Amino acid sequence: MNIHEHEHVIEVTDLSRVYGGGFEAVRGITFSVARGEIFALLGTNGAGKTSTVELLEGLAVPAGGRVRVLGHDPFHERAAVRPRTGVMLQEGGFPAELTVAETARMWAGCTSGARPEAEVLELVGLARKHRVRVKQLSGGERRRLDLALALLGDPEVLFLDEPTTGLDAEGRRDTWALVRELRAAGTTVLLTTHYLEEAEGLADRLAILHEGRIAASGTPAEVTAGRPSRMSFELPDGYFLGDLPPLADLGVCAHENDGRVVRLRTRELQRTATAVLLWAERTGVELRGLDVRSASLEEAFLGIAQEQEVAA
Amino acid sequence: MSGSIPTVRPASLRRLRALGRAELALLGRNRGVVFTALAVPLLLPFSIRPALDQMDLGRQGLTVGTTLLTAAVGFSFLFAVYASLVNAYVARREELVLKRLRTGELSDAEILTGTALPAVGIGLAQALLLCAGCAALLHTGAPKAPYLILPALAAGLLVAAALAALTASVTRSVESAQITTLPLMFVSMAGSGITFPVEVMPDRLAAVCELLPLSPAVRLFRGGWTGGLSAGETLTASATAVVWILVAVFAVRRRFRWEPRR
Repeated sequence: MNIHEHEHVIEVTDLSRVYGGGFEAVRGITFSVARGEIFALLGTNGAGKTSTVELLEGLAVPAGGRVRVLGHDPFHERAAVRPRTGVMLQEGGFPAELTVAETARMWAGCTSGARPEAEVLELVGLARKHRVRVKQLSGGERRRLDLALALLGDPEVLFLDEPTTGLDAEGRRDTWALVRELRAAGTTVLLTTHYLEEAEGLADRLAILHEGRIAASGTPAEVTAGRPSRMSFELPDGYFLGDLPPLADLGVCAHENDGRVVRLRTRELQRTATAVLLWAERTGVELRGLDVRSASLEEAFLGIAQEQEVAA
Repeated sequence: MSGSIPTVRPASLRRLRALGRAELALLGRNRGVVFTALAVPLLLPFSIRPALDQMDLGRQGLTVGTTLLTAAVGFSFLFAVYASLVNAYVARREELVLKRLRTGELSDAEILTGTALPAVGIGLAQALLLCAGCAALLHTGAPKAPYLILPALAAGLLVAAALAALTASVTRSVESAQITTLPLMFVSMAGSGITFPVEVMPDRLAAVCELLPLSPAVRLFRGGWTGGLSAGETLTASATAVVWILVAVFAVRRRFRWEPRR
């Protein structure tokens, strides 16, 4: 940690974006990202993640509100911001007929203080592909090329729009490790993702976007706090939900009974689980498919989507 | 894009060079475009050769050689620069290359200029080679007002490049570029003195045709060769070219599409 610990390198205030047809993709969102932090914008497809990131990258002018990146307006003060940021778009942006090396050389020529191209290609594991044309790369390799070029200028702020979409499990882990290394070196990272485990495992703080608004934000722990935990199991033949002790006494706040399968939601997971297991022990019942899990981001995410639907 | 005319700095030159180099490699890998750009301006003039024999060129101080040369240079503006550049701008936009470039340090003007460098360079090289070749082979002799040749080429190349960016703004795909480029192609071939000299038209029609985008370039070029352009005519032609360039640049700044339509 350094003296810039509390410096906000990205500040977004009441930001909105409206497309030509009148569609309001971003509807007044506010958040900030501190130096050296990994911040994730999480949401389903169409939630407004890319629309928001493009405003931060300075590719479009907001319909309302304010964006500041490193203290500057990223659209109107492009020249001041761009040398200090790295961007990975959601898709493509490289001529299909150029080779990996030619693409990297071109991008290096357009980047002040660029690192050697071979170094960043090595970093993302593309060194051996340097003579391959972009059109012959797999989807995952293209994502890694994009990441390599975003890193060419040693950016202070890195925007990653769905950096691991299309990557296999190993590629995804490699990318996560790389992003963590960058944070350790002081880089501020803003990423979008629809993978919950990516946001949960990588982000210091996150915001869940839903229909252009921030539905929840904070650290992963803060966002999941207050969300119910889950317990599910299958009752054997001859046993019914009513055979269990009264659910309210177990701390259960909601339940579902689907054939033999029982799903419980509780804010006191330990109490509920203990009571159910003691009951099973006492009655000599085997609970098949027993699954007990604490509140996760997934829980929060699905909960938010449902709440919004009910509200609408 | 900043409001003022961009000043050229070393970093800017470095970026233009990097982009131009990549674009040249891409141009070289597109055989259709290479053929159109290199062969058409050399072959097409011969198709108009029979028609030229019917015309009274001598009255305008023209020869078959200078008329063919003018046609070749005009076709070079249209095919090597204009058509191939519309193709390049549209292809890069549809591949999201332009959007990606805008996330980096290049200014909008640098992106458009860098992308245009190979096509404009080929057009210039082609025109200079044609001049040299014709002087040597077609007995056209040396130009009588050589100081007009470079301004003529500059006017033609810049108008063609600026109008290419403008045409790309209204072109949805590489395929539809074959249609959207036709109006300027036809109008220029017929009315700008590329396939036949404007002077053989009725006066009033000729006066209107002098105002077409590529007319000033063709007029200055032919004038450079024949030496038959007065100071007033030179000035009018130059001013017309400058107006076209300014109008096109202004329109491109307002209308250019950097991303595919959603």
